Amino acid sequence: MKRAAAIVLSNPMSLAGVILIALVVSSAVFADLVAPFPSHRGAVVDFANFNQPPSWPNIMGTDLVGRDLFSRILYAYRISLILGIVVLLLAVPAGVVVGLAAGYIGGRTRFILMRTTDVFLSIPPLVLAMSIMGVLEPTLANGMMAVTAMWWPWYSRLVFNITLAEKEEGYVLAAELIGASRIHVMFREILPNCFPAIITKMTLDLGFVILIASSLSFLGLGVQPPTPDLGSMVAQGASYLPDSWWLTVFPGLAILVAVFGFNLLGDALRDVLGGDQ
Amino acid sequence: MKDIHIALRNVSKTFRVGARTVRAVECISVEVANGECLAIVGESGSGKSTLANLVLGVYPPDAGNILMDGAALPPKRSLMHRRMVQLVQQNPLSSLNPKRTVGASIRLALDVHGIGAPGDRKKRIGELLDEVGLPAEYSDRSPAALSGGQRQRVAIARALACESRLVVLDEPTSSLDVIVQARILRLLNDLRKARGLTYVFITHDLAVVRNIADRVMVLKDGARVEIGKTARIFSRPEHSYTRGLIAASPVIAQEEQELRDRLRKEIG
Repeated sequence: MKRAAAIVLSNPMSLAGVILIALVVSSAVFADLVAPFPSHRGAVVDFANFNQPPSWPNIMGTDLVGRDLFSRILYAYRISLILGIVVLLLAVPAGVVVGLAAGYIGGRTRFILMRTTDVFLSIPPLVLAMSIMGVLEPTLANGMMAVTAMWWPWYSRLVFNITLAEKEEGYVLAAELIGASRIHVMFREILPNCFPAIITKMTLDLGFVILIASSLSFLGLGVQPPTPDLGSMVAQGASYLPDSWWLTVFPGLAILVAVFGFNLLGDALRDVLGGDQ
Repeated sequence: MKDIHIALRNVSKTFRVGARTVRAVECISVEVANGECLAIVGESGSGKSTLANLVLGVYPPDAGNILMDGAALPPKRSLMHRRMVQLVQQNPLSSLNPKRTVGASIRLALDVHGIGAPGDRKKRIGELLDEVGLPAEYSDRSPAALSGGQRQRVAIARALACESRLVVLDEPTSSLDVIVQARILRLLNDLRKARGLTYVFITHDLAVVRNIADRVMVLKDGARVEIGKTARIFSRPEHSYTRGLIAASPVIAQEEQELRDRLRKEIG
């Protein structure tokens, strides 16, 4: 633990990642306390103050119906993080089970599982998510499902490759000769050796999931108004550029900070855990 | 021969590598008595590892039979058969899971075979560690916190945990330095006497063979070159290939031997 902290703190980029993500996470968690106008997360209108440039107390300006942009961005972070975490909590276990089974069992099981994975990987991710969202109602839950559907194959590939290598290690043979079950060998012997790589990838991916979810809602296929969402905020502001620049620049910067921060943090974790990718 | 523990009868194994077929083991018969240590020596590619895997049941033979205590082992081994033979591998860094504690690795054998009451297994792990000369507290350590020799002791303890009487030792000392080698060999000899174990000792190191084996089988290209008492193989090798092997073992082997002899006196 001490060693881990030392590695992170000694690298300025890792340190920046830790700080950025601490900011993002605390603004999502403490949005109710930090936001100057907590009620602006919902369907509130204040036409007296609509489309105002940054000034006090609206430090990032107001949107087209007069809501405080800063408050809305804080709540949008909350939605994005929940979405990202839920997606990974669904996609990672699914991908891990598929990858472990395909790598360890082999034969027909491997063929079916990995070719299915390949089919999913060959569809451009946004196209897959868009077509799912096109068929289903554009709600937060469906958005999570769509992103999950395109995300699990990456984990099955990752875990599959690690499993292929770990399978040749002596400890797997030893467990097999003792008579341990396949389930034991996969989940108790091989899986713990996949954890560093999985955790590193999850951290990196949290940023990318947020980016994809924002892209979906930018296209109107994600979270629906009045729920604050970074992607739809950028989309709404886009037609008012360059005059009302704050409508797009601040939500856009917010996406950038989150994605960049998770990337730096992911790299830092890779240094600490020694995950090999 | 009386009291045969494991017998191979005309065992063959062929592998398909691309379009070629490789005859790894060709019609080998050998018997190992209870409590005996049979060394299998040969160059790499001589089929000694395949032979070990056949005994362990990693894969079944293409032809021939493997008999344990007079009964033929089935091609697909049950849990009961697994318990009869265990392996100590060459590299303990690989054979112990780096993410599991020493105790967890040993406990697996107790859990799988239901050895002892679940509540007593912690104590049993301590006893096994003690038997291989490690303190019981090492149970909570990760393999990374141990030296090479200590790791190999843990691997031996795990092999003992199943209470099998037959242990296949696949180059168990070749990843260790000379002094540690001597200690591990001594431990293996002691365990053999104390527990009445039968060893199949796979190695290319003739100096080690001299120290531990009762009989030696020399393999070349999957076939048996000769077999005989260790002393006879070294003093009067019948086959020119065996003479070549003995001659080819480096001069250092002699120095190692002297070091081992000195160490043996020192340890007592």
